[in-house]
Amino acid sequence: MTSDANIISFKKRDEMITRETVNYISGLAKLHINEVQAQKFAGDLEAILHYVEKLNSLDVSQVKPTSHVLDMENVFRDDTVKPSLSQEQALAFSVEKLNGAYKVPKVIE
Amino acid sequence: MTTFETVIGLEVHLQLKTKTKIFCGCLNEFGSAPNTNVCPVCLGLPGTLPVLNRRVLEYGMKVGLALNCSINSFVKFDRKNYFYPDLPKGYQISQFDFPIAKLGFLDILVDGKEKRIGITRAHLEEDAGKLIHDTVNACTLVDYNRTGTPLIEIVSEPDLRSSQEAYDYLTGLKLILSYLNVSDCDMEKGSLRCDANVSIRPLGQIKLGTKAELKNLNSFSAVKRAIDFEVARQTTVILSGGSIVQETLLWDEAKGRTVSMRSKEQAHDYRYFPEPDLVPFIIKSDVIENMRQSLPELPQAKLSRFVSAYKLSTYDAGILIQDQSLADFFETCAKSYPDTKKIANWINGPILKEMNERKLGLTQLHLSPLNLVKLITRVEDGTISNIAAKDLLSDIVLTAKDADVLIAEKGIAQVSDDAALEKIVDELLAQNQKTVQEILSGKTTALGFLVGQAMKKTQGKANPKKLNDIFTRRLHHA
Repeated sequence: MTSDANIISFKKRDEMITRETVNYISGLAKLHINEVQAQKFAGDLEAILHYVEKLNSLDVSQVKPTSHVLDMENVFRDDTVKPSLSQEQALAFSVEKLNGAYKVPKVIE
Repeated sequence: MTTFETVIGLEVHLQLKTKTKIFCGCLNEFGSAPNTNVCPVCLGLPGTLPVLNRRVLEYGMKVGLALNCSINSFVKFDRKNYFYPDLPKGYQISQFDFPIAKLGFLDILVDGKEKRIGITRAHLEEDAGKLIHDTVNACTLVDYNRTGTPLIEIVSEPDLRSSQEAYDYLTGLKLILSYLNVSDCDMEKGSLRCDANVSIRPLGQIKLGTKAELKNLNSFSAVKRAIDFEVARQTTVILSGGSIVQETLLWDEAKGRTVSMRSKEQAHDYRYFPEPDLVPFIIKSDVIENMRQSLPELPQAKLSRFVSAYKLSTYDAGILIQDQSLADFFETCAKSYPDTKKIANWINGPILKEMNERKLGLTQLHLSPLNLVKLITRVEDGTISNIAAKDLLSDIVLTAKDADVLIAEKGIAQVSDDAALEKIVDELLAQNQKTVQEILSGKTTALGFLVGQAMKKTQGKANPKKLNDIFTRRLHHA
């Protein structure tokens, strides 16, 4: 599945963030925005991308790629059991519950 | 008519049997009451941070190495974003571009020849929660106990060319994984799950056809049937001028067909990005080498060794290595008994029969290797017959008693005392003059009657072969 997953790429310099792009992304993120907002966000995102694009003018050939902002590695925990929440505590966050489970609208498969 | 070639790639998800979950200290256990093995981390509550379970990375390395992969020295985690009720955070922590392992292979036998199936990658990730569809109340119930169970996903190259090859790959893969002792590998409990990517193309074409992804495959035989159905379906579509749509299909075991999964028709766009809550992992080469050295002997190597060191047939050795406990048991017996073929026959025959009939593993049978050797020896020295020994095995399995103790208790030791047997023979010969005359006049089958009578007199404890010998000797010297 990962092989055909696509990361949003902004490769082309002149690529515009259109309202369609904004609507597509907000759809994936389950955000409800109206057309006026979509127009505004398109402009805002475009501006941000152009700003970030300035980085492309720097020579980073000698710079190690950053995968994390903290210069740390190999942070582990041991495989030891810690107390979990009780079912009651866990379900305290639920809007609706049934038979010890979170109850959600029917998911059709 | 165009001949089509089937192209299959498999994705296997394996739950790792660590004590705790991948990123928190909740118990990693199947079958607990719903939502009792959960905590703020695996429920994805705000402000919590995941921390990687050290053992998950170790198990991942083991799996990678056993599948001949190279282990990445730089490993990181990424977020795979999608919304579904089984995923409380709204993203799954997985691995995108720097998985734990890549570029391995597994050999399978196709028409008696080895075929190498490429393994693209193996990556670590967290399992999602379990959805229970409640038809009565027309709702879905969510149990987050499974959320955060460590998984390794093993992705094969599209190197498989038939449903049988897919089946053999899965069988071989499962055997290797079970040797590593990192998972229960139990499809019924969902600790081993499989998806199949299936496409067809005209024979000779290089370009891959459009694939369908088959899900809900609950057994290896279901994988086989689903692939067969899907290949037939795609062939019909193409031959009737249609084209294949890339989609996810669910296998319906009861109806024996694949069904389109409409809810997932929207394009997969998971917007992977590096997981900011986990720092990267650097695996030094000496750590990888140590792990490689610590791997157990794998099935293929064990098979070769059993054939060469114990002079077993590939068939016999092949059965023994299907179950590590059988193989170990065999080797322990072989230390104190030289006839390895006989040991293998006992294990692959009567002992496997006992295991199957009682649905028990070898370790659950109360049979020690030494006791089996004793049993075999008692047949060899004529104390008990082969048939009696098999009955005795059932008793040992139930009672865990020593073979000699049982033989004494049941009084089944064969009478091999020549004097005692000769006395019985002489009595019978005297009592059955008519039969004796028949035998002497050429009707040798009548000897069987006399041997039978003698067995009766000894309550079955005589060695029939010995009785036969004595009768023959006496008759010819009469």
